[in-house]
Amino acid sequence: MSNTLTEGGAKGRAGDKVFSGLTLFAGCLILVVLFAVAVFLIVQALPTFAADPAKITGGEGFWTYIWPIVIGTLIAAAIALVIATPIGLGVALFISHFAPRKMAQGLGYVVDLLAAIPSVVYGAWGIAVLAPALVPVYGWLAENAGWIPIFQGPASQTGKTMLTAGIVLAVMILPIITSLSREIFLQTPKLHEEAALAMGATRWEMIRMAVFPFARAGVISAVMLGLGRALGETMAVALVLSSGGLIPSLIKSGNQTIAAEIALNFPEAFGLRLSELIAAGLILFVITLAVNMIARWIISRHKEFSGAN
Amino acid sequence: MPQLTTTPPAPVKRNILTKNQLPGWAIWAVLAGSLVLGAALSSLIGFNVVAWALFSAVLFVAAGYFVTLSVEGARKAKDRFVTNIIYAAFIVALLPLVSVIWTVLARGIPGLSLDFLTTSMNGMTGAVDNQAVQNGTPVLGGAYHAIVGTLLITLWATIISVPIGLLAAVYLVEYSKGGVLSRAITFFVDVMTGIPSIVAGLFAAAFFGLMFGPGTRTGFIAAVALTVLMIPVVVRSTEEMLKIVPNELREASYALGVRKWRTIIKVVVPTAISGIASGVTLAIARVIGETAPILVTAGFINSINWNVFSGWMASLPTFIYRQLMNPTSPTNVEPSAQRAWAAALVLIVFVMLLNLLARLIARIFAPKTGR
Repeated sequence: MSNTLTEGGAKGRAGDKVFSGLTLFAGCLILVVLFAVAVFLIVQALPTFAADPAKITGGEGFWTYIWPIVIGTLIAAAIALVIATPIGLGVALFISHFAPRKMAQGLGYVVDLLAAIPSVVYGAWGIAVLAPALVPVYGWLAENAGWIPIFQGPASQTGKTMLTAGIVLAVMILPIITSLSREIFLQTPKLHEEAALAMGATRWEMIRMAVFPFARAGVISAVMLGLGRALGETMAVALVLSSGGLIPSLIKSGNQTIAAEIALNFPEAFGLRLSELIAAGLILFVITLAVNMIARWIISRHKEFSGAN
Repeated sequence: MPQLTTTPPAPVKRNILTKNQLPGWAIWAVLAGSLVLGAALSSLIGFNVVAWALFSAVLFVAAGYFVTLSVEGARKAKDRFVTNIIYAAFIVALLPLVSVIWTVLARGIPGLSLDFLTTSMNGMTGAVDNQAVQNGTPVLGGAYHAIVGTLLITLWATIISVPIGLLAAVYLVEYSKGGVLSRAITFFVDVMTGIPSIVAGLFAAAFFGLMFGPGTRTGFIAAVALTVLMIPVVVRSTEEMLKIVPNELREASYALGVRKWRTIIKVVVPTAISGIASGVTLAIARVIGETAPILVTAGFINSINWNVFSGWMASLPTFIYRQLMNPTSPTNVEPSAQRAWAAALVLIVFVMLLNLLARLIARIFAPKTGR
């Protein structure tokens, strides 16, 4: 039994099958690529883990080699977060709740411009402008706050230090934190805000009572995404930091991050050294993957029970 | 201060609603006071603008707090304090932006010329640079090879990633029914946005290294690395755009007996095309400035290479990096620095143009509404 409505559509049906197959293929391809990233990094990194510890850079095995630069990476990201989080949240609040309505969108665009500037330009700016400008500050810090281990002198005369790199990173992750938390702040239910204002709350009290509780999860994930970017940022650190061994002082040359270590050494690397650097990349991949997955998990969990949707 | 509370309210008759409120000019008076006091304080340690601004800002925030506290009470004072801090945060955030753009313009413009855009670094040695510095002649050599490389690599990355990203987004929005696979794709696309760019570069290098022998470096490998960075951006923006296509359009098309795939190609995608195009443009703007992945995949050369499938390839970001880190002439670094800043200016102009283009596309080709 057949009728004209279901007949004669074989060509169209084939088109449907092909097209949906194509889209499914593209979707799966993305999963495959991410999986392949992990697999190929592991395969290429394996020789390092199997190698004789004495042959690894530093001569004491891979973990002794990688440990200081993992810590360096965390230090750089921590400096960036400490600086960028309060400023980023302040800017987001400014755009969402303080700036005059007409200006708000334009100002948001201006801050987004920060994200459009390539990282290598930030690096160049860091060595050409920021580092020299910070030399007197570091001198002052070493003189007056030298008893704190992180400001131990003598300060670097070029300003190419971990703190400078951290500040450049802070500038780079600022737009991420700002734009994400701005979106969250703007989603606060208007009724909550108006209720708070109607009860006589000042603007700050309204923000503390209505906006912050609503936005907490979103802000945490915005900061974590910023952290992910700071951990993986390469060129700014490679250009700005005059690297060396792990030291507590942030205003002397020294320390190194994984990404910069790879970028600086990869062009000349071959054999086991190449494998070492890829293993370092694998570690970086795992760290950023973990940070990003936690951030995304917080967002998705938040979505389900927030009143926003 | 004590007189403030005892003096009777002047000509303006204050009613109960505006009692205990600072007049509008008070905050400007406080600002002027802090500027003057800040200037005085900073001249104590040797006047400079940075110290002046810093002292004045701290004084202004503190004075604003106490003046408000004395007249309007603790809650209002706290509000004032936070407001000032937040304005300060915004100004602080603008400083690096202004500084970066100013630096690039001031240092980039002197090196920018037609020669810079149309010559490569082929044959440029340290001796040439030394000669230019000694004789005071214009700096030779340019970024033509790097511009060519950047455009080719980005073009290939776009050619690969746009179809994949578009189709994957279509799958997520039109075909998946919220199953495990679609949730996995959404989740991992989000995770992929956070992959460090250098890891994407390492992946491409490792992948092609296994296939064609270690140390293989071509423009195409760099394009693959950029693809990994670009796909998630394309998927996310396309997904958002497809989601806001009204369901009525799809249903109307189905009601006319049009197949689903034709509906998608002829109705859904054209409706969202402006958003998709601007999303793709932004994705290009994002990857065109990537340095690290190109550094580890395409290597670096001084001459022009039009073939992405063989031979090393230069690009603007790696050109900037190399000119800064390994100046052509180690004794006279100025010519290299000048070339680097000029290249940075060219790169920023590219990125800004792409951003502008994205906005224009979104505005001009946006579907007409309100009919």
